[in-house]
Amino acid sequence: MSMTLEHVNCIYSADTNHSVHALKDICLTINDGEFIGLIGHTGCGKSTLVQHLNGLIRPTDGLITYNGQDIYGKGFNRKELRGHVGLVFQYPEHQLFENDVFSDVCFGPINLGLDRKEVELRAYEALHAVGFPDEDFESSPFEISGGQKRRVAIAGVLAMKPDILILDEPTAGLDPKGREDILELISRLHRENSMTIILVSHSMDDVAGYAERLIVMDHGSIAYDDKPQEVFKNVRELEAMGLALPEVTYIMRTLKRNGYDVDDTLTTIDEAVDAIVSLYKSRHS
Amino acid sequence: MGIIKTEKLGYEYIRRDDEGNVSGITRAVDDVNIDVEPGEFIAILGHNGSGKSTLAKQINAILTPSEGEIYVDGMNSADPDKLWDVRQCAGMVFQNPDNQIIGQLVEEDVGFGPENLGVPTPEIWERVTESLRMMQMLEYSKHSPNKLSGGQKQRVSIAGVLAMHPKCIIFDEPTAMLDPHGRKEVIRSARALNDVEKITIILITHYMEETIYADRIFVMDKGRIAMEGTPKEVFSQVEKLQELRLGVPQATLVAHRLKAAGLPIPDGILNRQELREALKACL
Amino acid sequence: MIREITIGQYYDEESVIHRLDPRVKLVATLIYIISIFVVNNIPGYAFVVVFLGICIALSHVPFKFIVKGLKPVMIILFITIAFNMLLTPGEILWKFWILKISREGLKAGATMALRLTLLITGSSLMTLTTTPNNLTDGMERLLRPLTRIRVPVHEIAMMMSIALRFIPILLEETDIIMKAQMARGADFESGNIFRRAKALVPLLVPLFVSAFRRANDLAMAMEARCYRGGEGRTKMKPLKYNGRDYAAYAIVWLFLAGCIVLRIVL
Repeated sequence: MSMTLEHVNCIYSADTNHSVHALKDICLTINDGEFIGLIGHTGCGKSTLVQHLNGLIRPTDGLITYNGQDIYGKGFNRKELRGHVGLVFQYPEHQLFENDVFSDVCFGPINLGLDRKEVELRAYEALHAVGFPDEDFESSPFEISGGQKRRVAIAGVLAMKPDILILDEPTAGLDPKGREDILELISRLHRENSMTIILVSHSMDDVAGYAERLIVMDHGSIAYDDKPQEVFKNVRELEAMGLALPEVTYIMRTLKRNGYDVDDTLTTIDEAVDAIVSLYKSRHS
Repeated sequence: MGIIKTEKLGYEYIRRDDEGNVSGITRAVDDVNIDVEPGEFIAILGHNGSGKSTLAKQINAILTPSEGEIYVDGMNSADPDKLWDVRQCAGMVFQNPDNQIIGQLVEEDVGFGPENLGVPTPEIWERVTESLRMMQMLEYSKHSPNKLSGGQKQRVSIAGVLAMHPKCIIFDEPTAMLDPHGRKEVIRSARALNDVEKITIILITHYMEETIYADRIFVMDKGRIAMEGTPKEVFSQVEKLQELRLGVPQATLVAHRLKAAGLPIPDGILNRQELREALKACL
Repeated sequence: MIREITIGQYYDEESVIHRLDPRVKLVATLIYIISIFVVNNIPGYAFVVVFLGICIALSHVPFKFIVKGLKPVMIILFITIAFNMLLTPGEILWKFWILKISREGLKAGATMALRLTLLITGSSLMTLTTTPNNLTDGMERLLRPLTRIRVPVHEIAMMMSIALRFIPILLEETDIIMKAQMARGADFESGNIFRRAKALVPLLVPLFVSAFRRANDLAMAMEARCYRGGEGRTKMKPLKYNGRDYAAYAIVWLFLAGCIVLRIVL
C-alpha cells in the first residue's frame, strides 16, 4: 500500500505568458504507516503536491502510482482512489453543508456507494474517533464552535476509511488548546489505526513533535527529505527559505553556542527539559 | 482619563428561535473595566469564544454595549452624534485579509477611509502615499489586492486605517490566518506604529509570542478579565494560563518545567535570550 | 474553465482609447449600438465596420484577443442565425423534410449575425479598455440625475464595484470547495441533468454561507472605516473631461449622423 511519484511536474496555465511551474521534477515514495511532515513557505507548491496525490490535479507530466498502478492509467478509478487517499483541505469546516453534523459526515461514505447501514456505522465511528460528543450529532454544523466544526470536517474524510490521510494546515486559525487537540487527534489516528499521515504545515513547531520524516519544499522542488533531526541541521538554508526551526531547537542551539554540552537537534520540550536537567545534575553532583 | 476607558462594560448576544422568542442569551463581555493610556501597547489574550473580539468591536462602536459605558478619547461610544468621530479615532484591522479590502487597487483601498471622511482630493493622495510608505507598501500602490500575500494584504488594511489618522488602532486577531512570515510582518508594523508614531495599539491575539513586547496584557475568559499585568507577570503563571486554554511561549514553558524539576530559574522568562542568561547563572 | 472567459475582461495597455474618460466611452458605446440598428444597407454596415476597426486599432488590444472573447457567445450566435434562416417565410431556396430556408430568412440571419457580432465586439471593446472601477465611476456620474427620482445610484455603483472585487475571490473559493467535495467522493461530471443539479448542493451551500460571511465581514470593515453612503463623500479620483474627451464626443456624434445619412440617401 504505497504511493510513488516519479518525475512529476505541474505547470499552471502552461500556454500563456504567466505560466507557473508549481512542481518541478518531484520524485517521492510514501510508505505504509509513515508520519510525514510536509513543510514549506506559502506558495512553495505543497498544497499543489497533495492535490496530486488523490488525483484532483493531473500532473503536466510524470507518473503517479498507487499500489503500483498508474492513477491515470486505463480503467483506474480515481473516485475510488479518493476513498483510499483522504485529503482534508485548509479550513475544511468551510465545506460543511448538511442540515446536521451526522448527515454531513455520511456524505463521503454515501459517495463511495456503501449501503445505508455501513454508511451510518462509519460516520458514527469517525465522529467518535475525532472525539465529537454523541448528543450533538443532530446539531447544525453551522452552529457549533470553530474547533468542533473542524473535527466534524476531519471526520467527514475519516469516514471514508482512507489508508493515507493528508491534512493541509489542520491547525490554521485555532487557538493554542484547539491546535494541541487537533495535533493530538492526528497523532492518535497514526498510533492506533496505523494510518499513514501527511501533515502539511508552515510551522515546524506543529510537526516537530510528531513527524518521523520531514519533506521540505521550496519553489516547487523538494529541498530536503529526511528525519527531522537531519533536516534541522541545515539551519541557514531553512531560514533562507523563510522557515524557522522549532523554538526548542533554537534554545538548544543557543546553549550549545554558549559552550554547554547539549544535543542541539532536539525538537520537543520534553527532550529539551530532560537534557538540561541531566546537564544540571551532572554539574551539581 | 485614558484614551480608552470602560466602566462595567457588558455585552449580550441574544439568540432567537424561528418565532422570534428568546432562546438563549450569551454574555460575551461581562463587567470589563479597563483604562488604556495614550501611547500604550496593549495585548488582549483569550481562547476562541472568550469575548475578546466582542470587546474590540465595542471599542470601535460597531457594537454598542448592553451594559456600562465605553469612552474613546473622552467620547461615549453610545452617543450617536459621536459615532463617526469614535470610529475615526479608533481604527480597526480585522482577521480575514480578503474580507476587509474594498478597493480594486491598493491605493484605492487606502483612500476609502479618507473619502468617507470627506477629505479633499489632494489631501487624500498625500495621506495614501504617506500611509503606504509607512507600511512599506508604496511600490504596490497600483497592484490588485488579490495578487498580494496575506501579510501584505494586512499591511494594506493597516495603511487604510492609518490614512484616517486614528489615535488608536485595534487589531482583531490580525495574524490568525497568516503564515509565520506574514505574522512577523504584521506584528513588526504594529510595533513600529507604536514606537514611532506613538499610536495606541490594542492587539487581540491567541499567539503568545506576539504579546511579549506589550506594555500590558489582559487575559480574557468567559467575557471577563481573568488576568492583567506586564508580560512577565502574566507569563509567570503558567498553570493558570493553561487552565484558560492558553499556552505560553516555548521558552517560558521550558523555563517553567526546569523550575518544576528543581532548577533555580526565575519566573517570567519570555524568550530564549532570557532563558540562556538564567541558565548561565545556574549551570 | 470559468476563468477562461475573456469577454469584457480589462486588457491593460496604453492607448488613446484607454485614456478616454469612462463617461465618454459609455455614451459612445450607446451611440454605437444605436447606429448598428440605424444602418440597413451594405455601405452602412461597411461604414460601421470601418469605424469599429479604427477604434480597435487605436486601442492597441490585439485583434486575436477580441476574437477569443467572442468564442463563448458563438453558440448564441449560431442559434440566432439558424432560427432566422429556418423560420422566416418567403421564397424557398432549399428544402429538406420540414426544414426550409428562404431567401428572406438567409438575409435576416446574416443581418442578425452581423449586428450581434458588431454589438458584442463594440461593447467588449469598451470593457476591454476601461478598468471596472472606472466603469462604475462613470456610470455613477452619468446616472446621477436619477438620484432625484430616488434611484440609489451611489449604492448601486458601490455594489457593482464590490461585486467586481469579490468575483475572483469567489471563483477561487468555488474551485477549492469543488475539489474538497470531490475529495469526499462527490461527482460533478457524470449523470443526467437532475443528478448533476443535485450534486451542486454540496458546492452551493458552502459557497452561499461563505458569501454571506464575507458580506457580513465587509460591511463591518466598511462601517469601521466610516462608510455612510454617498453623502459628504469626496473622491480620490474625480472624473474630469479633457480635450480628447470632447473630441471623442464630437466624433461619435458625427459617426451617428453619418449612419443616418447613409440610411436616408441610399
